[in-house]
Amino acid sequence: MGSFPEIRTNLGDYVKQFVDFLDTTLEGLFEFIFFISSRTINFIDDVLVTLPWWSFILLIFLLGWYFKSIFAGILYGFFVFLIGSFGLWEDMMTTIAIILAAVIICLIIGIPVGIWMAFNKGFSNVMRPLLDAMQTMPSFVYLIPAIFFFGLGNVSAIFATLIYALPPVIRLTELAIRGVDKEVIESAQSFGSSRGQMLRKVQLPQAMPTIMAGVNQTTMMALAMVVIASMVGAKGLGEQVLVSINRIDIALGFEAGISIVFLAIIIDRITNGIAAKFQRGIN
Amino acid sequence: METKIKIDRVSKIFGSKPKSVIPLVKDGKNKEEILAETGHTVGVYDASFDIKKGEVFVIMGLSGSGKSTLIRCFNLLNKPTDGSIVIDGIDITKSNKQELKKIRQEKIAMVFQHFGLFSHRTILANVEYGLEIRGVSKEERRAIAMKNIEIVGLKGYEEKYPDELSGGMQQRVGLARALANDPDILLMDEPFSALDPLIRREMQLELLDIQERLQKTIIFITHDVNEAFKLGDRVAVMKDGHVVQVGTPEEIIEEPANEYISEFIKDIDRSKVFQADHVMIKPNALVSLKDGLNVAIKEMEDNGISSVYVVDRGRHVQGIVTIDDAIQAKKDKKKLTDILRSDYAVVQRDEYIHELIPKALESKYPLAVENEEGKLVGFILRVHVLSGLVSEDIVESEQYYS
Repeated sequence: MGSFPEIRTNLGDYVKQFVDFLDTTLEGLFEFIFFISSRTINFIDDVLVTLPWWSFILLIFLLGWYFKSIFAGILYGFFVFLIGSFGLWEDMMTTIAIILAAVIICLIIGIPVGIWMAFNKGFSNVMRPLLDAMQTMPSFVYLIPAIFFFGLGNVSAIFATLIYALPPVIRLTELAIRGVDKEVIESAQSFGSSRGQMLRKVQLPQAMPTIMAGVNQTTMMALAMVVIASMVGAKGLGEQVLVSINRIDIALGFEAGISIVFLAIIIDRITNGIAAKFQRGIN
Repeated sequence: METKIKIDRVSKIFGSKPKSVIPLVKDGKNKEEILAETGHTVGVYDASFDIKKGEVFVIMGLSGSGKSTLIRCFNLLNKPTDGSIVIDGIDITKSNKQELKKIRQEKIAMVFQHFGLFSHRTILANVEYGLEIRGVSKEERRAIAMKNIEIVGLKGYEEKYPDELSGGMQQRVGLARALANDPDILLMDEPFSALDPLIRREMQLELLDIQERLQKTIIFITHDVNEAFKLGDRVAVMKDGHVVQVGTPEEIIEEPANEYISEFIKDIDRSKVFQADHVMIKPNALVSLKDGLNVAIKEMEDNGISSVYVVDRGRHVQGIVTIDDAIQAKKDKKKLTDILRSDYAVVQRDEYIHELIPKALESKYPLAVENEEGKLVGFILRVHVLSGLVSEDIVESEQYYS
């Protein structure tokens, strides 16, 4: 017959055992991560919520104006105002806090890893398939160990978001450092720069525009995880979308959905604008 | 002049096990054989020569000849696979990391073909870079940088970014950045190749001008023969990793080591390489002031010439007499000094042929060639100027001299 023989590879079980093993042996580490992440989110959230509503709109307007144009500033300010008028102001702040925290952690991990990959071919060869897997694995799968390690809530959301959003900034950092003009590197060498001086004074600044493109992508991917992350208890706009699905509430679903779109536009354009400023060599 | 840099049997091999190829190089196998046998590429093949202090040493060759690989050996951007590079008596190939850093920071600076400027830094910050690396204080490095920016003629552009400047100006920044370190040795890797011809010529002259003032030892890479011969005190010609010939431009043109070099220098503008020295003839007919008219006439008759220069005891030119004047004077019972003509032209022995051409055209008489002390050392006829422009040996025959 054509049926598959009685062979069962229990890969999933091994992974489960591995995760169990991690959970017991690295408990301290996870608690530490939990502590740091939850503190970061709460801090950002608190700051954002205590801001007077108009000052936040003003801030968005100014960012849009500085990095794009005055028209963009007005538009972005209006977007934020609209989200508030949907009654989703605090949800928006929570979402922004989660994204900001995730992105900050992504950069803290991703940029050094990318730099290391650029300098070490072997490390790069190991990391590359791992990054591919991180990006192609369905993002729901990350939710399971996330709950396992951190329970339901914002920290799990950040953990899952991190895994999903980390690859672009790592990849583009590596690419950027490797891509610095050979003659520029040679000229820095020819003046007797040490490795640290070279990295700090030449390679990183030269790579900045490309790294910023990575930051932009990472941010957008973090935003894309907002709804999925709400399945492990993340609050914010994603939670509202989830609620509206459960209740088949078209009105709420649309309002929360379009709010995410507005946020995406604003964040994308502003980070793009920052990248463009770097591109022009102004820093 | 004292030797500044001495490179001895330097080879640079690219590949997985470069050292293993060295015996083959020593056996005299050529580049193709080595590539076929071992898969290694020979960048520089057994190069040896000396560079003197204060000279402009040009390494010339087509792309792929190994010249860029070789110049990078001098500051160990490429570490030679074999051989030694001795600068001021110290073999730099044996230096450790710290020593190398010091050499690069203090002794050698480099200028690059595509400038290698830091696009994220202002012109000032670019020029300051080398000093910053060395830990020079902010005020001091600013002052030094400003001085060098002024030397290359970019005053007022300090706060601009490299991409706001033209190619020629960017290379001036590259030069200022190298000079700011006050190195003994300046490595220039095809610095003007990316510039358009007019700017290139201007930069060449400016480099000579700066060199006149600063007297660095310059190693200059180019694929352009005219540039090589214009700038180089001595020139090394490279082909397929080999240094084929080293010599002054005149030596190379007069005695090319092989077909390849003859072919290479075929298009050279000889009028800009050869000087009066090379085309003049030794003064065979001369009349001294104390000699009389009769001596002058005899000199001219014996040599079959129609005019002769008159000099004093120190061999300084006093004038020229023509045969017609002399015969007339003899009839009129005049003296030699009465008929001296002064409408002759004097040139210096180091004037280039292209400068001689208009003078030779205007003058009725042969050009008188003087040395630094104003002594007459030779004559140049129009025909000599012409023959200096073609590559065949100059025929020194008196039949022209009439």
